[in-house]
Amino acid sequence: MSKMTVSVSPHIKDSASTSTIMRDVLIALCPALIASSIIFGLRALLVTAVCVAFAVGGEWVFEKIVKKPNTIGDLSAAVTGVLLAFNLPVGIPLWQAAFGSLVAIIVVKQLFGGIGQNFANPAITARIIMLIAFSSTMTSWVFPDALARAAAVLASPNTAISGATDAVSSATTLVILKGETGAALPSIQNMLLGIRGGSLGETSAIALALGGAYLLIRRVISWHTPVAFIGTVFLFTFLVKGSLDYSVYQVLSGGLLIGAFFMATDYSTTPNTDWGRVIFGVGCGLITVLIRIWGSYPEGVSFSILLMNILTPYISKATRKKPLGGVKV
Amino acid sequence: MHSKRLHGVHVPHRKNTAGDKPVRLPTPAVVTIPMSMHIGAPAKPVVNVGDEVKVGQLIAEAGGFVSSPIHSGVSGKVKKIEDILMSGGQFVPAIVIETDGQQTLFEGLAAPSVTNLQEFVDAVRASGVVGLGGAGFPSAVKLSVKELSSIEAVIINGAECEPYITSDTRTMIDDADLVWEGIELLQKFMQVKRVIIGIEDNKPQCISGFEKRCKDAQGVEVKALPALYPQGGEKVLIFSTIGRAVPEGKLPIDVGAIVINCTTLAAIAKYIKTGFPLVEKCVTVDGSAVKNPKNVIAPIGTPLKDIFDFCGGFKSEPKKVLYGGPMMGLAVPDLDAPVLKNTNAVLAFTEKDAILAKESSCIKCGRCVAHCPFDLSPCDIETAFRLKKPEELDVLKVNICMECGCCAYVCPANRPLVQVNKLAKVMLRNYQTEQKALEAKQKAKEEAKKEEKK
Repeated sequence: MSKMTVSVSPHIKDSASTSTIMRDVLIALCPALIASSIIFGLRALLVTAVCVAFAVGGEWVFEKIVKKPNTIGDLSAAVTGVLLAFNLPVGIPLWQAAFGSLVAIIVVKQLFGGIGQNFANPAITARIIMLIAFSSTMTSWVFPDALARAAAVLASPNTAISGATDAVSSATTLVILKGETGAALPSIQNMLLGIRGGSLGETSAIALALGGAYLLIRRVISWHTPVAFIGTVFLFTFLVKGSLDYSVYQVLSGGLLIGAFFMATDYSTTPNTDWGRVIFGVGCGLITVLIRIWGSYPEGVSFSILLMNILTPYISKATRKKPLGGVKV
Repeated sequence: MHSKRLHGVHVPHRKNTAGDKPVRLPTPAVVTIPMSMHIGAPAKPVVNVGDEVKVGQLIAEAGGFVSSPIHSGVSGKVKKIEDILMSGGQFVPAIVIETDGQQTLFEGLAAPSVTNLQEFVDAVRASGVVGLGGAGFPSAVKLSVKELSSIEAVIINGAECEPYITSDTRTMIDDADLVWEGIELLQKFMQVKRVIIGIEDNKPQCISGFEKRCKDAQGVEVKALPALYPQGGEKVLIFSTIGRAVPEGKLPIDVGAIVINCTTLAAIAKYIKTGFPLVEKCVTVDGSAVKNPKNVIAPIGTPLKDIFDFCGGFKSEPKKVLYGGPMMGLAVPDLDAPVLKNTNAVLAFTEKDAILAKESSCIKCGRCVAHCPFDLSPCDIETAFRLKKPEELDVLKVNICMECGCCAYVCPANRPLVQVNKLAKVMLRNYQTEQKALEAKQKAKEEAKKEEKK
């Protein structure tokens, strides 16, 4: 008889693996991708495809060069690609999208040791770098699609329509909320559907909530961070402005929902305890509101998550549970 | 603060053999009985090569206080006494008996006279019974309690939380009378006020059976426990039944509890009733490679091969064979390995189920933290171990780990977390010994200096 395997227990395992988890995240991002391609047109798909291709390709090439085992099969690079694309305006030049993807994968993820080792969220950090490097294209919000244009015209008839470029320049809701443009806010219905200015994957609240719910049901993420994050933004803005309407718009605007469900729940860069996740979410919410209301940037979700990423190891350690029957050393 | 319920994992039950009455194995041709089937000093053989032995005859006496005597489960002739390699990796002397197939009973078998606590504990010691749930801790040592008043509750462990295994289930159904007699013995000789029978709720037949008996009894209760692995872990069971946490480095008795496995108790009761010592075991034979899974009663020392043959052999070549369940069981290198006192199951798996999953990088998902029944941080322990930081391992309380395997079971990156915890405990122990030696050296130096000054 041939040799039998002798290994340490346990000898069975549940079915979850890194790639099944990442696959669930990709599935959860699908509703937002579909919504985006309807709202912003097929270019949304093109930008996403470019980001995924360069994120996955970048990881493959980098690992080839440094002779590390190939990890593109775990699908985490693909997730980073989709998330970065969702944080870009649809009109972004493709080479800039490609550049951002390489920054996310190579600089933020691989140079720190690859999956699980990076302290900052690759997509968020790459977006911030792009915001600084390409500040004009990164803040040009356009509706190149006919459906969306019609919606925009309906929502704010006074907006100038540039027929020559077949696109509508549009301020994001957050800029309007700051009261600097005088433009009218999109209707709540449009906010929920996502027919508003913004990054290509962040606008449709319904699609993002659908994806978030899927991740919660599949237990890929826990409720702690999203609830704490969104709840803090809602409460804090309500305390400051005292208007329910205003707070609802704050929650539905910008990248809050995609941030709370998909970015502030990233495993490597957020705490691994329940209380830690609550603290992380509250911290993100506070920083987001501080930047949105008093900062010079209209949006603060990316900065808040990046700042809290830095605190993550300390939060994890501080909230580590006391082992059952543990005696203090 | 701890939540009322400890964490764990929902493992597949696969209790395929729960409904079948155990079948007795025809006497094997040869049995190999190792002298170390318990925690503590190995037993010392009292027979010589060539001696005739009978069923129930003492063949090895306890090698110390924490040890246990061993009896023969077959009649036959001692062929040899030689060292064999156990699956723990150590060499242990073993008595090899060639059977004569007669199964002649030893003439000296008689129920011991038990009238007080001392005689009760002595009888338990003589019975050769050890913790049959898997640990193999000599039962007499466990029952040697200094202050009887410190026992607030005896918990009968009928949780049987490992997948596949149903031998305890069968004990609770077929030998319920013996379990009950065991409870009465504990009440009589140890003045136990409260007996709790803890059974996972996936065994309703066992629960209702004991509930019926409890109706007319004083101080015995059944506690149906959620079927959540590792419910049958000693410290987990204590927490689930009386809500107390056993502190690190302490024993259950320090929180007023004694935990006895139901099959262990039945074996004790059987000896005190009949004088028949622990010489055979009901073993669950199952796993994807086994043709006809069933519960088999086999003499201790029976080679696993005979047991699998009795169950119709293999569907396909077994690639992994275990003593015990798939969560904590020990893999054996070959089928000559014998049934031990604490063997409650032997499982054989096909190649498909024996493939070792490829490990990948930790993604810090925190699943291991969320599922650890004792709220440890296995991922942090692994980091501290790989960075060789024993003092950090102490802070992380690696010694509390019971190696239940929940962390590794849920790990999406297939990290060898149980293996790391085992090794981390050794690292911590070595470090602590070193520290102690260093301290002693320092002290000696200082004292020498003082002497010089004088």
